[in-house]
Amino acid sequence: MAYPADLKYTKEHEWIKVEGDTGIIGITDHAQKALGDIVFVELPKPGATLTQGKSLGTVESVKAVSDIYAPASGTVTEVNQELNTAPEKVNADPHGAWMLKVKLSNPGEVKNLLSAADYEKFVAEEDGH
Amino acid sequence: MSSTPDDSTAVIRKTALNAVHRKLGAKMVDFNGWDMPVEYPAGLIAEHLAVRSGVGIFDVSHMGDIRVSGRQALPAVQHITMNDASKLQLGQCQYSAMLYPQGTFVDDVIVHRFGENDFFFVINAGTREKDIAWVRENTRSFDCKVEHLSDDFTQIAIQGPRGVDVLQKLTDADLSKVKFYWFTRGTVCGLQDILIARTGYTAEDGFEIYVPTDTATSERVWNEVLAAGKEFGVLPCGLGARNTLRLEGKLALYGHEISDSITVWEAGLDRWLKMDKAEFIGRRSLERQQTDGVTRTLVGLEMIERGIGRDGYKVLDENGKQIGQVTSGSYAPFLKKNIDLAYVPLSHAKVDAVVGVEIRGNAVKAKVVPTPFYKRPKRS
Repeated sequence: MAYPADLKYTKEHEWIKVEGDTGIIGITDHAQKALGDIVFVELPKPGATLTQGKSLGTVESVKAVSDIYAPASGTVTEVNQELNTAPEKVNADPHGAWMLKVKLSNPGEVKNLLSAADYEKFVAEEDGH
Repeated sequence: MSSTPDDSTAVIRKTALNAVHRKLGAKMVDFNGWDMPVEYPAGLIAEHLAVRSGVGIFDVSHMGDIRVSGRQALPAVQHITMNDASKLQLGQCQYSAMLYPQGTFVDDVIVHRFGENDFFFVINAGTREKDIAWVRENTRSFDCKVEHLSDDFTQIAIQGPRGVDVLQKLTDADLSKVKFYWFTRGTVCGLQDILIARTGYTAEDGFEIYVPTDTATSERVWNEVLAAGKEFGVLPCGLGARNTLRLEGKLALYGHEISDSITVWEAGLDRWLKMDKAEFIGRRSLERQQTDGVTRTLVGLEMIERGIGRDGYKVLDENGKQIGQVTSGSYAPFLKKNIDLAYVPLSHAKVDAVVGVEIRGNAVKAKVVPTPFYKRPKRS
């Protein structure tokens, strides 16, 4: 799957799409593949504060529990409730199935993140290809 | 198999089907020192459901095998196992266990009776060396031969309601005559005298076949089973699905529900414990424990609140105090619920009792439910 060029990526396999001062957050195709069938997503409530690089919640497949790290700092404005009942959407459409919308407290932080091309390279190296 | 049998953890071991799994795109993991497929590209849930509704095949060649034969094989087997092997007819198998003198588990086993004094044990991968040493040491005073045959077989499990249809296409043996927990021998994929047992670890009907371990033969049989199963939607299944299938059926896993510190009474496996047979290792302790009663017992939990209790998570009482531990926990793909097996005190073991499972620092509510969580429907 191609990594969309309008998203920024973390080495922990999250993505963020920045629209003005809003960030939309999810996990990457690589992450969902590594996890396998996703059956549970635990996310913070609207109003919660995120700090770049800190755990914001967890995603669980049948086999594994994995932390989700905040790609940027800010305040949660919206949570994708659909993932409570249909977490498998993250497998089906990882770059479309967003998890959180965040009001960014420091939009400049996003500059630290990887571009699609760099993330693709990073993942290829991690896989040893 | 490519490695030596007694080289316990230094080298990662591979079954004869390793290259096949990789070619199929399986995700591989280190399981007890074995490089095994955890799931294939279809995914764990699809694999699990294939076994419940159709058929799935598993490479379980990492399982070990011990043969005990000779003039005193029956008394030797009676001495080292808790079930009554004298009740076995030729061609029959039984679930059993080898116990320590304390009444705790060396391992659980399936005992097959090949002859009057000829028995075949299927043992766990992670306990192979310990088991063979245990069997050798504790049968020394009997006139019998103990053979470690773990590396002589590629063991393929064909599991699910359509497993019988798949295997029947490949064998001259009349499988309709082989009842659950019985076995026969027949030609399979042109190979003569193959052990065909109606056993498994999925809480479903199914068969396990034991074929020669050379790569060419193993790969040919695996591929023929897959081809024969195509019309039934067969999927190759990994250890991930094997674990969730056995969990739904409340089948014990060594190191989780049973271990060297858990007794037969606590594990609730006394249905396979025959206190009325003659002496066997563990018996004396078990008698005492039977009189004293247990303080903890294995129960099934279903999460009431959102969350998945995982292996090793704490079980809490209503005040948040730890009272037990989850031994196995997962999302259950067929039941579509989050379930656990856990040891709890008797005070919290009744069906509908509510406990907490500590998940990332929070007490998440679960209730005790009847087990097994899943029981296969009776089919004619």
